Amino acid sequence: MAMAALRREGRRFAPLISPRPISAVRSSPIVPTHEYEGPIGVRYISTQVVRNRMKSVKNIQKITKAMKMVAASKLRAVQTKAENSRGLWQPFTALLGDLPSVDVKKNVVVTISSDKGLCGGINSTSVKISKGIYKLNSGPEKETKYVILGEKAKAQLIRDSKKDIELIITELQKNPLSYTQVSVLADEILKNVEYDALRIVFNKFHSVVSFVPTVSTVLSPEIVERESESGGKLGELDSYEVEGGETKGEILQNLAEFQFSCVMFNAVLENACSEQGARMSAMDSSSRNAGDMLDRLTLTYNRTRQASITTELIEIISGASALEG
Amino acid sequence: MLRRASMLLARRPILAARARPFSTDLPAAPSADATFTEAWTKVIPNMDPPKTPLSFMQPRPPTPSSIPSKLTVNFVLPYASELATKEFANPCYDLIPVFKHSILSLFLLIVPATTGQMGVLPGHVATIAELKPGVLSVHEGSEVTKYFVSSGFVFIHANSFADIIAVEAVPLDRLDVNLVQKGLAEFTSKLSSATTDLEKAEAQIGIDVHSALNSALTG
Repeated sequence: MAMAALRREGRRFAPLISPRPISAVRSSPIVPTHEYEGPIGVRYISTQVVRNRMKSVKNIQKITKAMKMVAASKLRAVQTKAENSRGLWQPFTALLGDLPSVDVKKNVVVTISSDKGLCGGINSTSVKISKGIYKLNSGPEKETKYVILGEKAKAQLIRDSKKDIELIITELQKNPLSYTQVSVLADEILKNVEYDALRIVFNKFHSVVSFVPTVSTVLSPEIVERESESGGKLGELDSYEVEGGETKGEILQNLAEFQFSCVMFNAVLENACSEQGARMSAMDSSSRNAGDMLDRLTLTYNRTRQASITTELIEIISGASALEG
Repeated sequence: MLRRASMLLARRPILAARARPFSTDLPAAPSADATFTEAWTKVIPNMDPPKTPLSFMQPRPPTPSSIPSKLTVNFVLPYASELATKEFANPCYDLIPVFKHSILSLFLLIVPATTGQMGVLPGHVATIAELKPGVLSVHEGSEVTKYFVSSGFVFIHANSFADIIAVEAVPLDRLDVNLVQKGLAEFTSKLSSATTDLEKAEAQIGIDVHSALNSALTG
């Protein structure tokens, strides 16, 4: 009993127990499961265990390498689309400006995340930023609701903000992303959710290793009117002549909806790129770690093997010398 | 007289060149919204504030005081930017009177707004216009490029920047006349057999688009 406890606690005790300390056992990092004691308390791991472990680590390395290649090819496909869509939101920001610090009663935070995991920390970052915006916009008479795109954010937000979630949308990437799909989605959101300001939280793709969490704000037409009347950043909006439609309000309504769908389209594409990029780097570090682990295991295996051979030789020689002796 | 004309000509590009090099001339658009970052750091001190689209915007030039001689056009679609900040210059703008439809126009942009075809020249007043399905044509000197636009918005800013955002735009030579006729017939029959308001509205939209396509191809 005590021996078993010692076995599990410290390989350092090996030299105290056995008169023939074997360095392999002392420096091995692995807790043995099939340990057996040889003559006079010599302890070493079965090579079978180490071999099994090496096989599984090698398989993991192959799988993660393959996942990295798949993510790289998917990234290439989405990246061109995302870069082409980058011109889409610029005219809206040029016209309406960007007011993330606007003070409104009804905020809706649209969190964009991925459905699949193993993509590093981007989903957690998005969720943290969404919670931060929630906190920032909390106050008397103000309410903030969540609209969630993607399974990963749903899993995280449903734990503590379940009552604030309005809409959950998943399986976005089943079919390749297209503007029609995103505009239908935007339509659904606008129909079902009352909002004064929509804040879209996503990860903007800068490069394969850099993703910047970003928040885009889309204001409802009433708030746009209010801000333009009060001057400030949107003050110049009044100087624009509005053609067509009976009232300016109607055009602004269409404009807000169009802006939302354009910004969503760009956000969803950028997030998809970031997801693939993050997955690439996660799988890359994972295969590198697996490679390191494999090296260490190989060393342990060799040492264990050599130790057992040495022990056998010693037994034979001591047996032979006892017979002669 | 010719010497004076050439002097005036020479002065314009120099003015335009001088207006840009100093960063103080660019609009005072901050690269990040200061109030937002401050409020964020107060409430959530541990995380960096997220970036906002302002930090990724390409800066736009300020409103010039006189009528500018060039129009910069941004024509964007969800899948591509057809024309990205393409500049169309009308030199000698204030020397030669330029009529909208005269042969002397060196540059003209015609957009299909809901109120009809609207022409845009450099120095157009700031406007927001919604587009209906129709033909958008870019007249550059003697060459004309025509696109059929499904719908969208056009913003003309006071600093002579025109942003056209359309959902779909195809050059006219990619359209098939037979399919257009078929589509028109299909939607007309759908309208007559429509029962609910929603169906009627959808059929009407289909008819509008197809008849616009038809007139674009024939007219």
